[in-house]
Amino acid sequence: MIMFFRYFLILFFLIPTSSLALIEVDISRGNLSPLPIAVSPLSLDKASKQSLKKILKKEDLGSEISFVVENNLKKSGLFNPLNKDSFLQKPDIAHLKPRFEDWALIKAQALITGKVTFVDEKLRVEFRLWDVLAAKEMMALAFTTVPSNWRRVGHIITDKIYERLTGEKGYFDTRIIYVAEEGPKTRRIKKLGIMDQDGFNTKYLTLGNELVLTPRFNPTNQMVTYLSYFRNLPRVYLLDIETGIQEVVGDFPGMTFAPRFSPDGKKIIMSFAQDGNSDIYTMDLENRIVERITNHPSIDTSPSYSPDGKYICFNSDRSGYQQIYIMKSDGSNVKRISFGKGLYGTPVWSPRGDLIAFTKLHKGKFYIGVMRTNGKGERLLTENFYQEAPSWSPNGRVLIFYRETKTDAKGEGFSAKLWSIDLTGYNERLVETETDASDPSWSSLLSN
Amino acid sequence: MTRNIVISSTFHLIIIFITAMSLPFLTKKPIELPPIVSVELIQIKDITNIPFAPKAKKIIEKVKEKEKLVSEQAPPKVVKKEKPDAVPLPDEKIEKVKKLEDKKQNPEKIDNKVKQVSEFEKEELFDPNNIAALIDKSKEDVGETTDKPNKISQDQDRTVENIGLSLSEEDALKAQIFGCWSIPLGLPYNENLLVRIKLKLKPDGSVIKSEILDHARMNKPGQGFYKVLAESALRAIQLCQPLRVPTTGYERWKDLQLNFDAREMLEG
Repeated sequence: MIMFFRYFLILFFLIPTSSLALIEVDISRGNLSPLPIAVSPLSLDKASKQSLKKILKKEDLGSEISFVVENNLKKSGLFNPLNKDSFLQKPDIAHLKPRFEDWALIKAQALITGKVTFVDEKLRVEFRLWDVLAAKEMMALAFTTVPSNWRRVGHIITDKIYERLTGEKGYFDTRIIYVAEEGPKTRRIKKLGIMDQDGFNTKYLTLGNELVLTPRFNPTNQMVTYLSYFRNLPRVYLLDIETGIQEVVGDFPGMTFAPRFSPDGKKIIMSFAQDGNSDIYTMDLENRIVERITNHPSIDTSPSYSPDGKYICFNSDRSGYQQIYIMKSDGSNVKRISFGKGLYGTPVWSPRGDLIAFTKLHKGKFYIGVMRTNGKGERLLTENFYQEAPSWSPNGRVLIFYRETKTDAKGEGFSAKLWSIDLTGYNERLVETETDASDPSWSSLLSN
Repeated sequence: MTRNIVISSTFHLIIIFITAMSLPFLTKKPIELPPIVSVELIQIKDITNIPFAPKAKKIIEKVKEKEKLVSEQAPPKVVKKEKPDAVPLPDEKIEKVKKLEDKKQNPEKIDNKVKQVSEFEKEELFDPNNIAALIDKSKEDVGETTDKPNKISQDQDRTVENIGLSLSEEDALKAQIFGCWSIPLGLPYNENLLVRIKLKLKPDGSVIKSEILDHARMNKPGQGFYKVLAESALRAIQLCQPLRVPTTGYERWKDLQLNFDAREMLEG
């Protein structure tokens, strides 16, 4: 038997084979234009339509949810939702079996169909994602919830579609906390505001009696830490958004800045001044032990952890000018990473871990930019009169920050608005808020 | 002394006169500037390959035919010179013919000579008893020798087939796919994301079959980015078809491999 195999092996190599080399063509470029996608209105049967109309005061919830999805996809800058007027197939039939030729005719490459039903006082939303060119289904899911959650369902659907088509997690089922500002510049009322990432469902968490600053989300849950002045003393607070319970973490001397959570949510890192020298400290939230991380005569502020918690980036003027530094989480191995012209501030480590976002002041203009964690590859994404405080979306693709406008000679015309920009630097958008807004912070995904 | 000075001065004057007469600025002809040749700069690769044009092929074939005719007429004389005195045995004969082949530069001519030699000798010199055997042998020889040029030409064709697409053909195809491929911008630039797709094409460039070569990666956990890229590449092929392939040489490109690599674009 072994002999047979040996002979077979020898014969195999001796038999002349035609070795026609396959022609290979390398495709290293493509277009960066948004993917054309058709978001068909979600179909809704008559009985469900009547019931939902009574409860939610919405004429056609199927269309409303599809608008939420469409709006999210459009704002991401990666998709181009096609005009619904060009759709040839009815939503209910398209959901069962799309005529791919019709959708290909309007240049759609992906199609979203769905169906909304109201059963047992519960809203059930199902959707399918289709690959029009390959004529196959890519994904199908259904969600059941209370009717008032219909917008969230739209956001979750968008997250699923985004992840399936781009390969990275979405950022649509998230919230943004910010400082809502009202009144003239000299007598500003500042309170904590929270809203969905698309600007809907705004709620205010404080009354505006006290000055609030730098709210930051806990990366693991829906807790917020922020700074507030009580009788002119800075206090760091913890606020549970779900329950509304608020507690004081501690009173800190002198100027205290920007408390921020560690990636595991168990510590708060911040800077405060002791004996006239501002350094970085951490506080364990369980035992309230404060630990000093930096000890340098210069001003060290704005600390931010890397996603693995091993490193901290911060800004310091120890070189003479305000620059960005990184160090190990125990304060060792301090290394300067920014070497460009101008002043660098508010460094924030990306949730992906590959980039650090910052604010830069150079020749009287403010820039929001990103650089790699070794300081290389600095890219300035946007430039303006005054803008700062970038905060990352949970997938590390989009930054939200605030921008102020100049006041005129009469002291009027001042405004502060939230803006978002993606890493390409092209997709810059105003984030609608009810009032003026500053100091935004992006939550992690709610559905995690 | 004076005489020498006179002779020297005379020679110097003659040299100065001749030099002055032959200097170019004295000829008053207007300078003719060469016509401006416009040159278009294009990016090319280090290695190019240009397939045989149909016309060129015809010309080459004609030349080959002419060469054959010449070789058919010439050989007998040469062979007569080399004709041995004694009648050789068939085996010896073949050896001698082979030696002749070695002496000649052009193997094609020798082949035809071999053919002629065997026929002449068959008629004039050989033992009739051996004729049949010789005819068979000569036929084999002819078969072998006439096969050789064909084999060479086939190999040449194959090398042409194996070389691949020409620059312009490749560029046309690339340009078409660039327009169709929407790169998923969410992909990381620092991961090894190369999608290789093997295509089977019809002569008009439409796709009969597309196959992802690393298909196993598609369904592996943690390979979400690869799957997304592979799907986007397949969409690009679907969107682009029929592909802009050359009008000739179907055998060359009926099987084609496209390597999609988005790193360059994602890195910015």
